Order: sequence, then C-alpha cells, then structure tokens
Amino acid sequence: MALFQLSRRDALILALFALVVVTMPVWTAPFGANYPGLMQKFAIYAIFAIGFNILFGLTGYLSFGHAAFLGVGSYTAVWSFKLLTMDALPALLLAVVISGLFALVIGFLSLRRSGIYFSILTLAFAQMSYNLAYSVLTPITNGETSLQLTLQDPRLIDLAFTTRGAGLPTASLFGVTLSGLSGFYFCAVVLLIAFFFAQKVFASPFGMMLRGIKSNQMRMSYTGFNTRPYALTAFVISGMYAGLAGALLAVTDPLAGAERMQWTASGEVVLMTILGGVGTLIGPVMGAWLIKYFENIFSSFNEGILSRFFDFIPAPLHDTVVAIASKFVGEGWQLTLGLLFVLVVVFLPGGIMEGVRRIGALFRRGNPPKAGAMRVQPAE
Amino acid sequence: MDAILAQLLNGLDKGGAYALIALGLTLVFGTLGVVNFAHGALFMLGAFCAVTFRYLITLETVTVDPTQTTAWGTALEVRTPLAQTWFGDWGAVLIDWSVPLSILLAIPVMLVIGIVMERGLIKHFYKRPHAEQILVTFGLAIVLQEIVKAIFGPNPISQAMPTALRGAADVGALIGLAPGALTYPLWRLVYFLFSAGVIAAVFGFLRFTTFGMVVRAGMADRETVGLLGINIDRRFTIMFGLAAVVAGLAGVMYTPLLPPNYHQGMDFLVLSFVVVVVGGMGSLPGAVAAGFLLGILQSFASMNQIKSILPGIDQIIIYLTAVVILLVRPRGLFGRRGMMEN
Amino acid sequence: MTTTERNVVLHVDDVSKNFGGLHALSDIDLEVEEGQTHAIIGPNGAGKSTLLNVIIGRLAPTSGAVVFDGQVLTGKKPHQINQLGVARVFQTPEIFPDLTVLQNVMVPAFARRDGAFRVNVLRSVEREAALRDEAEAILEDVGLADRRLSHAGALSRGDKRRMELAMCLIQHPRLLLLDEPTAGMSRHDTNTTIDLLQKIKARGMTKVIIEHDMHVVFSLADKISVLSGGRIIAEGLPDEVRGNIKVQEAYLGGAHRLEAVH
Ligand SMILES: Nc1ncnc2c1ncn2[C@@H]1O[C@H](COP(=O)(O)OP(=O)(O)OP(=O)(O)O)[C@@H](O)[C@H]1O
Ligand SMILES: [Mg+2]
Repeated sequence: MALFQLSRRDALILALFALVVVTMPVWTAPFGANYPGLMQKFAIYAIFAIGFNILFGLTGYLSFGHAAFLGVGSYTAVWSFKLLTMDALPALLLAVVISGLFALVIGFLSLRRSGIYFSILTLAFAQMSYNLAYSVLTPITNGETSLQLTLQDPRLIDLAFTTRGAGLPTASLFGVTLSGLSGFYFCAVVLLIAFFFAQKVFASPFGMMLRGIKSNQMRMSYTGFNTRPYALTAFVISGMYAGLAGALLAVTDPLAGAERMQWTASGEVVLMTILGGVGTLIGPVMGAWLIKYFENIFSSFNEGILSRFFDFIPAPLHDTVVAIASKFVGEGWQLTLGLLFVLVVVFLPGGIMEGVRRIGALFRRGNPPKAGAMRVQPAE
Repeated sequence: MDAILAQLLNGLDKGGAYALIALGLTLVFGTLGVVNFAHGALFMLGAFCAVTFRYLITLETVTVDPTQTTAWGTALEVRTPLAQTWFGDWGAVLIDWSVPLSILLAIPVMLVIGIVMERGLIKHFYKRPHAEQILVTFGLAIVLQEIVKAIFGPNPISQAMPTALRGAADVGALIGLAPGALTYPLWRLVYFLFSAGVIAAVFGFLRFTTFGMVVRAGMADRETVGLLGINIDRRFTIMFGLAAVVAGLAGVMYTPLLPPNYHQGMDFLVLSFVVVVVGGMGSLPGAVAAGFLLGILQSFASMNQIKSILPGIDQIIIYLTAVVILLVRPRGLFGRRGMMEN
Repeated sequence: MTTTERNVVLHVDDVSKNFGGLHALSDIDLEVEEGQTHAIIGPNGAGKSTLLNVIIGRLAPTSGAVVFDGQVLTGKKPHQINQLGVARVFQTPEIFPDLTVLQNVMVPAFARRDGAFRVNVLRSVEREAALRDEAEAILEDVGLADRRLSHAGALSRGDKRRMELAMCLIQHPRLLLLDEPTAGMSRHDTNTTIDLLQKIKARGMTKVIIEHDMHVVFSLADKISVLSGGRIIAEGLPDEVRGNIKVQEAYLGGAHRLEAVH
C-alpha cells in the first residue's frame, strides 16, 4: 500500500533510527542519561522538534508560538484522564485533534502575514494563551497550581468498569501501566510513528511544494499553486505534533502547567531545530536530545562532581579550574547552552547535520560537498 | 475624566521604556539589517550598571581601599576622590542620587559593550538569514544574562530612588483640578521626561548632524550611500553603540520602578519586538508611537472597570493589539512595504 | 493573415496603471491571436514588465481589464491565472534556488497535474516516473540535461533563464509570457533559445515576448507593439515597425533618459 511505502534509503534510515531509539537505555548509560524520565523527554521533545521542522524546515515560516500547542496537548490529555479514562490512546487522540483545531485557527490568522510579522503573530497568540491560562482560564487550566489528577475525578469510562482505587491512578495502555521504562517505550513507539510520517511528508509531492514555498513563494503562486492552504496544512500538522508531544508529557506525568506555553519554550524548540539542522529529518531529533541532555545532566553537576572530575590537575590550579568550570554547570548550564548556540551558528550554520555531512565528506576523499540550502562558510 | 487622565499618565513611564528599547531595536534593524534578540539584554545590562555604580560608591564609604577600586571601569576613577573627599554629607548625597548618577557610568560602558558586540559578533551576520541572526543574538542574550546572574546572583536587587523624587506630583493641580485629585509618582514623571528627552536627542542627532543624515540615508538605501564612497559600516557600528546606550539608559532609570534581575531583558525584549512590529519594522517614529501607545493601552486595560467587562484583558492587551494591528495594517502603523517579509 | 479568421485569445482592454503620480501604463489596448508570437519592444522603463505584471495578476490595473480566452483575468489571483494556462518567464529569473534543477522543473508539472492545492503525502516524488521523464525531456530541449542535479541557485544567469523557460514549458501553457528571455545569454545560447521558441511555436503555443535584442524579435515575432512612456506608439507586422520613424525616436529618447538616470 502506498501508505506504508518508503524509498529504500528512507526505509534504511527508519530501521537505523528505530534501532537507536529502542536501544536508548543501553547507549545512554555511559552518559549517565539512562533513566526513564530523561529518555521519555528525549522521545517527546524529538517529536516536538520533528513537527516544528515540518513547518519551519520545509516552508521557512518561523513560528515563535509552538509551545502553545504543546500546552494545549497537555491540558487536553489531562482532561481526558480526569473525565474519561487513564488510557493513553484517547488522550493522545483528543490532544492531537484539539491542538490541530487550535493550530488551524492560529495558523489561519498568522499565515496572512509572512516573515517576522508571522513570527510575531504566532508569538502574540502563544503569549495570549499563556497569560490567559494563568488568569481567566483558571477553571480549565487550574492556573499556577497546574492541572492535576484528583481523587474525585469522574473518569466516566474507567469507573464504569472498575471501582476507584485508593491513590491517584497512573496512565496506562490497555491496562498496562505506563511508567518508567514502559512509559519510555510507549513514547519511543509514538516517536517512531511520528518520524515515519515525517519521512512520508518529506518525500511526498506535498513536501516538495512546501520546499518550493520556502525557496520562492512568489514563484509558487505564478506556477499555479495556492500557497496559503499548503502552509496552513504544514502549520496544522506541526501543531498536531506539538499537541502529541504535550499529551505524552501528560502521559508520563499527568500534570499540565501554563509555563509549558511560555515563549521560552517556543524558543527552545526553534533552537533544537536549528542546532540539529533545519530541514533535515534527523537534525531536529539530535538537537532535541542534546538540549534536553544539557538541561538535565549538566544542570545537575555540582562542584563536588567537578572537583573529582578535575582530580588530575595539581592542587593550586585545581581550585581555579573547578571554580571556573562550575560557572558552566549546575545553575550555570544555560551559559553553556548560550555559548553553544553562538558557536554553532557562527561556525556551523547548518547545525549538527551540516557537521556530520562535512565529516562524511572528509572521508569521501576530502571532497567538500555541494552545500545545499545550507551555507557552509561562516560569513566574513 | 480624572481616572482616564490618571491611566494615561500611568502608561507613560512604561511606554517610555518600551519606546526607548524599541527605538534601539529599530535603529539596529534599520541600519544593520540585524534582528537583535540580545537587545533586551542591553536594557538589563544598563540596569546593572546602576547596581554596580551603587555597589561601588557604597563600597568606598565602607572600606577605604583605593587599590581595590582601580580594577573597575574608568568612569569610577573620576568619582573616587569625590566619594572619599566629601565622605560626610556629600557622600550621602552621592549615594542618594546614585541611580541618575549611574548614567555617567552607563554611557561609556554601554557604548563599549555595544561596539564590542557589533565588531565581535554581529557584523558577521549582516547578510545571514534572519533566523540565524535571531539564533545567534538569542544565544548571546542567554550568555549575557547568565554572566550577570553569576556575578550578581539570581535575586532582584532593588534600587532606591533619590529621596527628593520619592513623593508624588500633584499633576491635577497643574491643570486646574482640585488639589490631590490627580497625583502621579514623581519618579515615573521623571522617567517619562527622561525618555522623552533621550528620544528627542536621538531624533535631533539623526536629523541635524551630518553623521545622522548619512545614517538616515543609509537606512533608506544602503547601497547607494555605499557607492558614494562613504564608509557606512563604521557609522553603523557607532549606531549600534548608540542603540546600546539608549537601551542601557532606559534600564538604568527603570531600576527604581522594577528591581533589576538578570532575566528582565528577555521579558522586555518580547514586548519590545511586539512594539517594533506594531510601529512598523524600520520606522523610528513608529517605534516611539507604538511604545507609548502600548504602554498607555496596558495601563487602561488594568483598570478595574475594564477588567470587569473583559476579564483577563490586562493580560493580553499588548498581544491583542499587535494581532489586530498586524492583521488590519499589515506593515504596522508606520511600516514600509517589503520590510522583513521573507 | 486575414482578419476574418482572427481568433483573439488575449485581450488587454484599455488598461492603465499608475504608481502614485507615475503613469506606467496609459490606455493600453492589445490583442494577441491564437498561436501567434506577439513581441513588445520599447525603451527601458516603458512599462513592458508592468504590462505583464498586470496580465498575470501581480499588479492590479488602475483601470481596464485583461481577458484571456473569454475569462476576465483582472481580479483573479496569480495562481488562478496560471491554472487557466498562462505562464511567465520573468525578467530577473524567478526560480527555486534551493531546489535542484530537476525539482525546479518538476514542481510546475505538479501544479498542472494536481491543481492549485492538493495534500498528497502518500505518494513519493521518487515514484512519479512519468513526470520526471517529462521534466528530463524538457531539460534536454533547453540544453540543461547535464545540470539536472545541480542546485538551481548555482546556475549562471543565462542557465537560470533557460531553466525558467523549461519550468513554464512543462505546464504546456496556452499563453506564454516571456520577459527578455535571452538577456544574459551568450549568442550561441540565444540562438538555441530562438530555435526552441520556434519549435514550440510550431506546436501552436501563443506567446507574448518582450525583447531588446532585435535579432530575436525579428526571428520570432508575427506582430510587434512598441511601448514607450506607457503608451503603445506603434503596432504592426515586423516589416512595418522596422521602418517606423516613431520607434526610432522612442529608442533614442529612451537612451537619453537612461543616461540621465544613471
Ligand atoms: N511596483 C512598482 N512601484 C512603483 N513604480 C514601478 C513599479 N514597477 C514599475 N515601476 C515603474 O514603472 C515604470 C515602468 O517599469 P517597467 O518595469 O514596466 O519597465 P520596462 O519597460 O519593463 O523596462 P525594462 O526594459 O528596463 O525592463 C518605471 O518607471 C518603473 O520605475
Ligand atoms: Mg522590464
């Protein structure tokens, strides 16, 4: 069936990617990142970034408000848990539908403008959602305390079949509890499906038209394409990805707070995508993993760990080195992150994938690759 | 009527801050073509110039140790003897007036920061896509705010305004209302007048100096000016420094209204971008008008009467205005066609 | 050419276009017959490109209307006009610089096959063998077959123009508008392009061509209109226009103006 067909190359990439994702608990161990909570985040934010890249990477429209869809997804999923059932599937489904509708409205309005005007419109909508979630929408969002499960939740479907347990329930899939590793593997499967669908989009005529819009939107119109619905479709798809990611966040931890919608969160997914490589399939995934890794691991480093790490340095220097290095970890991990961005953009504007391509080219008899959409040289 | 006037006034100081930041953003965008996400950080650095200044002069009065002070900026060396010689009354006055006086520190410091930033990083991004400019300046903003956090800590550091400016002005009396009917905190009035003064100075500079004329010509048509053999780049570097100074000054004077913290730059940046876009990307009068407009709208939206009709409006008014203006007037209030649309 | 058999497909009806106080086009009337090549010549700034912009919907005329094959184009969106069978090669090449040459030519083929909007994520571009073969054949025609995997942004100006021509040809437009299709090309490439355009003329495609190169104009045109200062100052068969004194004046005047500007 055409639905499941992939080109040879894409099928191979998908298989390799699946292998990498499934074995994540193994290869993250040396980095100290093999605990489920973090690996779940790896999978979830990869979905978020892949979806964002379908909009930004293919059409070139830079949204600064995608966190709003993430937040909507989370709220929807938690409400699905509260009202209907702790099963994850209805939660994901509802979240995708609702965030898709949300994206349809915001996208319809925002796509009337392009360039930075589009970015500001999306930012404005997201900030409105965020501010409203904290204020007048408190009945839906529970404001600052975040939306959580309670012992009194109706859970109509669940309670029609079973009686209420003692504590708060956890999310499940057909009765199997999703927590810890099982939670991770659930997210991993969803990630693989999301990745597969992105591959389909990238390889399809639809994806090619989106690239055309990015490259020269005016030419697309004079070539007979109605570009607005194309961009809107991409916007809605990427909003659905964000909603899906948000719902998964709620599956792994049934709690939804407005801070998820803040513009810093929108900025983060932009950075993940650019850091990894805009317009590539794997890049955003790598960007997401790297940033989540920095956030979780680097921020937990402290002077004690550093002190042991720099043990090999003689005493007088040792304290200075530890003191300096400590500015970059723990509380200061964002400093590292900021520096990293500056360095990547200056020296590797195509992101990590550009670096991979360049290294790959070195192996192919030092033959520098033809730079595609990416610029290879730092501007001078 | 009084209530409306009061809200108008209330919006002025915030509007002044928005206008000053947006003015700098627009200058940088108009001259260098760079979308500078680190501009809010410059506002924040200005605020911390005030913190530093106060720290230094209070440091002087406690520990009289000249060797410690030389490590700090040049501007201090001028001040040092003052604080020491007139340790008694004058020292106290100096400390009392530290916020406005820190302008003297902020101007050279911000100019240097701006020029270093432009020469060191921004200039490499003139011709790069806006997305990359956004990313690199965003990264820079994070670095700057983290450095400030490492030095000054994560908590806001409140700055007192001079005692003499602490009260409220009876603005109502000035325009013939009953005494006390309409009062307005003096410092906010000072801030508004100060921002109006800085704005006037910037416009005057651009309009009446040869330097400013070249820069304006360059904003309108960079290539032609370049063809005339004028070294536009050096002037643009100085413009970047100037924009940094303007943002810094806005930050210095805002410290008594909002205790500076390391992340305030980002908070103001988002709003300022909205302001710039509402005003019309690349339009200086637009930036100023939109700054005040949004400041005033925000203060109206926080009136209880309005909130009771439109709950939550105070939370979203700025963004809502931005959305409406962008959808109705695509290029903002004063925008030129074709600016930044790709 | 007998007037009885005239079959006018493009009808520019009393079109004017002002930019502020500038009258870029004043009361233009133009009729283009099916299958013919209609050349528009005139000095720089005469309004030639503006006329094409009005036809394809990039600019709305201040007054007047454009009718193509019984349909009023004025007021329609650019993509609708293209879907009616009007394609254009621009004066400064409008291409997809980030795509390969082959992709550049395939994209318009999709517009012809799938219409103005179709979300098609099930199929893969790789499997669109028929369209790809067609694109490759047309690239062969314009002489770019060996560059088909290059990035379009890296092509020379002349190659970009030939690729843009291929992008239009693959749509089999009923009306092809060409804005200086040979500018920036070598003499050799110009001649190949002339050959190519003559070949498609044999297939009966209607063309409006703007050209400064008189060699090209006289090789291709069935009819010539001379535009100057936004007005049509002469019109007729190539031989009639060649000798027209007003035309020479217009060019001379244009040259003077050009010098004054630069
Ligand atoms: N979008 C526009 N806004 C304002 N003026 C315009 C615009 N487009 C064209 N013009 C002006 O209209 C006049 C006609 O321009 P047009 O490009 O149609 O000339 P042309 O005949 O194609 O010249 P050339 O041979 O140089 O291509 C010129 O004076 C030009 O400056
Ligand atoms: Mg022209």
